[in-house]
Amino acid sequence: MSAILPPADRLWWKQPIDKTEWVWISLAFTWAMIMFGMMIYWHINGKQNLSNEVYKTTPEAYAAKAEKFIADNTVRTETEKNIPVVKVPEGGDGYLIARLWDWYPILEMERGKTYKVHLSSMDYQHGFSLQPVNINIQVLPGYEHVVKMTPTKEGTYSIVCNEYCGIGHHTMLGRIYVK
Amino acid sequence: MATTYRTCPRTGLQFDTAAEKLMRWNAVAGVLALLVGGIMALGVILTRWPAVKLLPADQFYLVLTAHGVDMLLIWIIFFEMAVLYFASSTLLRCRLAAPKMAWLGFWLMVVGAVMGNYAVLAGESSVMFTSYVPMQASPLFYLALILFAVGALIGCFVFLGTLVVAKREKSYEGSIPMVTFGALTACIIAIFTIATGAAILIPTLLWSVGLIKEIDPQLYRLVWWGMGHSSQQINVSAHVAIWYLIAAVVFGAEPLSEKVSRFAFFLYILFLQLASAHHLLSDPGMSAEWKVLNTSYFMYFAVLASMIHGFTVPGAIEAAQRKKGYTNGLFEWLRKAPWGNPVFSGMFLSLVTFGFLGGISGVVVGTEQLNMLMHNTFYVPGHFHATVVCGTTLAFMAITYLLVPTLFKREMIFPKLCQIQPYLFGISMAVLSLVMMGAGTLGVSRRHWDMAFSGAPFQYEWPGAAYLMMGLTGIFGVIAITGGALWILLVVGSLLFGKKLDGGTLSDKPVPHAPLDSVAARASHTGSAEHVQVPGTVVLAMLLLTSFVLYYFVNWKYLSEVWALS
Repeated sequence: MSAILPPADRLWWKQPIDKTEWVWISLAFTWAMIMFGMMIYWHINGKQNLSNEVYKTTPEAYAAKAEKFIADNTVRTETEKNIPVVKVPEGGDGYLIARLWDWYPILEMERGKTYKVHLSSMDYQHGFSLQPVNINIQVLPGYEHVVKMTPTKEGTYSIVCNEYCGIGHHTMLGRIYVK
Repeated sequence: MATTYRTCPRTGLQFDTAAEKLMRWNAVAGVLALLVGGIMALGVILTRWPAVKLLPADQFYLVLTAHGVDMLLIWIIFFEMAVLYFASSTLLRCRLAAPKMAWLGFWLMVVGAVMGNYAVLAGESSVMFTSYVPMQASPLFYLALILFAVGALIGCFVFLGTLVVAKREKSYEGSIPMVTFGALTACIIAIFTIATGAAILIPTLLWSVGLIKEIDPQLYRLVWWGMGHSSQQINVSAHVAIWYLIAAVVFGAEPLSEKVSRFAFFLYILFLQLASAHHLLSDPGMSAEWKVLNTSYFMYFAVLASMIHGFTVPGAIEAAQRKKGYTNGLFEWLRKAPWGNPVFSGMFLSLVTFGFLGGISGVVVGTEQLNMLMHNTFYVPGHFHATVVCGTTLAFMAITYLLVPTLFKREMIFPKLCQIQPYLFGISMAVLSLVMMGAGTLGVSRRHWDMAFSGAPFQYEWPGAAYLMMGLTGIFGVIAITGGALWILLVVGSLLFGKKLDGGTLSDKPVPHAPLDSVAARASHTGSAEHVQVPGTVVLAMLLLTSFVLYYFVNWKYLSEVWALS
């Protein structure tokens, strides 16, 4: 019962390691290094990487920029709450506000074009979860995260909040249209 | 030091009676927390089951917070304190250092546990286990966690003190046993974890009473996860130590190589804390280089350690069984294992589910880019129910079947039900983890009251398969809770009504371990010189690696199909 007794051989660290164990350790280590390589490989050749473009901001400063973007680019409003539908200029910046409990405004984009989508929160932490493609990004107050997005298919996409943000969390549903 | 020592007539283990009492009380407190957490689990699962949707939103988030705190923290750490006292004073056959301090630690933990539950159940602190700022709980909530942590810290120091006592009083020769080494690993990680917890919880407490104006949410996340994830690594070290313990007790198994297994524990100490970075992979505040570094070198060394234990524990069992003559074919050793003994079946289910479900999913969710597919989805609780519940909780349940007769001197009641319990709980929890991960892969979010988004300005229909997975989550969740409740009934029932067993002899002085060069020690010594080949374990390990590789690349395929991002 040596796992619960002191090692029978006082100089246990001098005992040779069996070949089978060495083979398993080497295999496991090699696999770990392949997985390490995959992350770097994907940065070079993969198309899905999170951006590092981030700025410190304040809710007020971010809201001001977002309101300007909305005022300049709104094409129509939707629902009883008159949520603006805003066409993001091609190659340009789109602002998305996360707050209790909505995603504001609705963004409109075109398939195959690239946009810079800015994400920030006005209050608590929120989660940007784009469905049904399933892209999930944490959204923090005080941080402006700029993510380049290229929609690959047309359709109506939903933004589900997937970070708990209070009692109305489940009503925090936004939209992105891709034409 | 006026204490006595009791030698258990069934196992030959020797208990310092002062330490023994602490082990019993810590274990009992843990089981009570599990009971509360289990009742909360029922509320959580019956609400997330779309066909039932039991609780209103506010109660759901309250119950979810209580479930997380009671299970991830209170149940597990109380039990781990018992494990620490056992692995030090009992396995080293010496007295426990500073039993009065240990009691102080215990009562601090009790006060913290009660206060924490009160803060959550009063309704002012539904902030989840993570309590991300700027969402605020009542000051009592943070204070409760701090008190609980300080109590646990005292327990850690009593453990370390006991190692010193044993060394000084020469109760053993050479190195500490492997299981004690595993417990030491858990203890070192615990001290780091609690220090990190203090670094974040104390400012957060001050913020909640208005003494600090603001806490940066990104900084909070970074420091919090230094506690949040490594606290789960205390569990990994503790339950791996228990795997070795059970293999030793049930099979008389010896580690294939002390060097390899101890080195793997050592890797946990070096790298696990850094691995907590994988919670921040979808955060804005960290650079890609930081993410790749922390989730590659650092996390993969910890993963390597678990892969080593995943090989050496069944390997040790196979070697022991082959020595007993179960040498036919690849798997006779496994077929002829005592599957009717809940100590073994619980431990083996814990090993397999932790490796295949928890381990593989953990690495996938912890890969920088793949994380985007699962971050904050139902996949995440799926993963940690595979690691913490199938892994840690099941291992703790398994060892309890050994502890009740040994420590509480009672026979387990209803032996047939005891046989069934690990299967009922382990298998349903494994299926639950799988269907949770399935729902998460389809995007279903965690910590979410209503999949139907009632009251939202828009509608979104999840794919039909997501509803199916959530329905299965409900069904298997209820079965798993039944399995957990059965365990509590069996344990509490045995403590109250089990047949009293002979406690064995008491003595004033501890009997130290036999010297290493005694005949007894030499007789039990096999060492790696006469290494037994373990082909069955090799096959199992290759099966794990193959599943790992396939599943890993399937997820890259999924990722390549989403929108292009940069």
